[in-house]
Amino acid sequence: MPTAITVENLSKKYIIGHKGRESYSTFRDVIASGAKSLGKNALAFVTGRKIHSYRSYKEVFWALKDVELDIQRGDRIGLIGRNGAGKSTLLKILSRITEPTAGKISTSGRVASLLEVGTGFHPELTGRENIFLNGAILGMSRAEIKSKFDEIVDFAGIEKFLDTPVKRYSSGMYIRLAFSVAAHLESEILIVDEVLAVGDSAFQKKCLGKMEEVGNQGRTVIFVSHNMGMISRLCSSCIWLDQGRIKEIGETEKVVNSYLLDGTAQLSGEKVFPDDVKKPAQLKRIRLLNQDNEVALKFNCDQAIKVQLDLRYRKRLPGLYGYIGISRPDGTMVLVSDSNDVVGGKSLDNLPDGDATIIVTIPPRSLGHGDYLVHFALASELADTFHVDVPGVVCGFSLDDFTSKRGNSRDGYFSMLLPWQIHDAKEWTDTGL
Amino acid sequence: MEPNNTYSFVIEAGKSERHYWRDLWRYRELFYFLAWRDILVRYKQTVIGFLWAILRPLLTMLVLVIVFGKLAKLPSDGVPYPILVFAALLPWQFFANAFSEAGNSLIGNSNMLSKVYFPRLVIPTSAVIVSFVDFLISGLILVGLMVWYGFFPDWRILTLPLFVLFAFTAAMGAGLWIAALNVKYRDFRFIIPFVVQFGLYVSPVGFSSAIVPEQWRLWYSLNPMVGVIDGFRWAILGGNTQLYWPGFYLSIVLVLALLASGIVYFRKTEKTFADVI
Repeated sequence: MPTAITVENLSKKYIIGHKGRESYSTFRDVIASGAKSLGKNALAFVTGRKIHSYRSYKEVFWALKDVELDIQRGDRIGLIGRNGAGKSTLLKILSRITEPTAGKISTSGRVASLLEVGTGFHPELTGRENIFLNGAILGMSRAEIKSKFDEIVDFAGIEKFLDTPVKRYSSGMYIRLAFSVAAHLESEILIVDEVLAVGDSAFQKKCLGKMEEVGNQGRTVIFVSHNMGMISRLCSSCIWLDQGRIKEIGETEKVVNSYLLDGTAQLSGEKVFPDDVKKPAQLKRIRLLNQDNEVALKFNCDQAIKVQLDLRYRKRLPGLYGYIGISRPDGTMVLVSDSNDVVGGKSLDNLPDGDATIIVTIPPRSLGHGDYLVHFALASELADTFHVDVPGVVCGFSLDDFTSKRGNSRDGYFSMLLPWQIHDAKEWTDTGL
Repeated sequence: MEPNNTYSFVIEAGKSERHYWRDLWRYRELFYFLAWRDILVRYKQTVIGFLWAILRPLLTMLVLVIVFGKLAKLPSDGVPYPILVFAALLPWQFFANAFSEAGNSLIGNSNMLSKVYFPRLVIPTSAVIVSFVDFLISGLILVGLMVWYGFFPDWRILTLPLFVLFAFTAAMGAGLWIAALNVKYRDFRFIIPFVVQFGLYVSPVGFSSAIVPEQWRLWYSLNPMVGVIDGFRWAILGGNTQLYWPGFYLSIVLVLALLASGIVYFRKTEKTFADVI
């Protein structure tokens, strides 16, 4: 198979200033610091002593380091890794949004990237106008958009709202339209960041189907997701990035497995997360507590498992909700709970600024014996970015079954003890069926 | 599917992009779409959208006519003062709008810069194009004024497109500089309104540059807008106006230098836009 993308020795460096959070500076700062360092140098010259230069305030951060890749035409590649592993940076470089610090990339064919849903959409413009605008931003010519127009509208399913300003669209309609425009760009390489997480499951399926179709046409797909299920379904091979380097590359199943297991190795029943002031809300600490409220790693099926979540709020976010997933080490989701499942429950989006502690209890006799991973996320469909805080796999635990007859030697994801009621066969047929 | 090699690219750290101008040509429709978006949005959001493009220059002209023409009683070269002012206000407002719109255009579209690739030059250029549309609308006022005063231009009006091009070049050059600087140093946004306000008085908008003493005129022409404005007056007002040629040539050189250096600086910094914005 011919190569679609070759990446050689790719590195990307960011300089983080410790003075402020913003990456841009002001002219005033530049002049002031220039004068300051000039003064210091003069002082150093006079006194003969060495003084730190202004540069020492800055820290170098390698978002990517020596990445080598060869992607064949028609490959469907999954890109996984924790937050900050360099996934987005790699996508940005492949999409030509930012320049590498070192290394070389060559692509063969046109690249379409969907790093965000609806980039360039203007809320005041109608669906029709936005299709043309967004198409042009993605690099389509007017003739190309015109010829694809019906297909785009059809795929998004927004015929009735074509002439409605998109500010009146639901978030689902919005993302459907945006994905649809990008998916219809005639490209040899399609790059999709985790954007599908927003739509409803029917649309997610449709999008995955579209991406599969794109892959089957011999086009190359690079797909980033935290959802291992989607990755496993769509991608034939997988790249695991960790701290800017490729940790593992190969068959999806294998890579996903070791990625998820890697979490458990370092995990304990408690994990603390550093403050990230950029996030409006985040998980500060998670603990797994047994019935005596002690942190634990091992439980038995007859105990309740309490998941203690310490959250920190910096800003009130409409629509904020929490997500907990319990999966097997291979990524199979066994149990999922959203904080907004329970109607009338105290929702997460109305909590005041500051810290809050939430306890989620997994009742005894629900999960079967074995090892489990706990996934956590904070999200909001109403916020600018769907993902508010996605630490991914946050901790793990193991469960033993001491009560049931065969205990740990039998299979099954659940450990409910089901009653076996004995009825007289004749009596049963008479009464009911 | 066979890859379309016209879209293939190679990026090597530190080497400048080879296909930049080819890409710019490929994205030519984006100039139009972005300008179209801004115009559409403006007229959708404001009730007086279209009226605004007429009212603003008209009111500015009235103030200038009253202050310079009626109160200060400056000479008008035998032309009705409103027409004298408006012939200058036209390029000046185009320049001022283009300068401030282009200056804020990259910041205003920061989302696009960090999520999609396209030649970044498209954004400030579209901002200048939007201001150019306003310029054409204001041009109608000038036509109205000339009809009202019964003032008709001579053959020189045929050269006007050249001066329009000149004004466009000046606006682009200044616009590219301020757009790129504003991304890197955010305090340049305070400089934009200052330049616009200050420029109105140091450029010969409310008065004819003929009142500037002869020995100072070459110095005065160091402001490139002097050449642009004088050129507009020369073409529109006809026979009575004289062009101060040495100053005009100086303006041309300055404006071309502004554009060339603007493009170079913009190209040099645009690679880092996504990282710093």
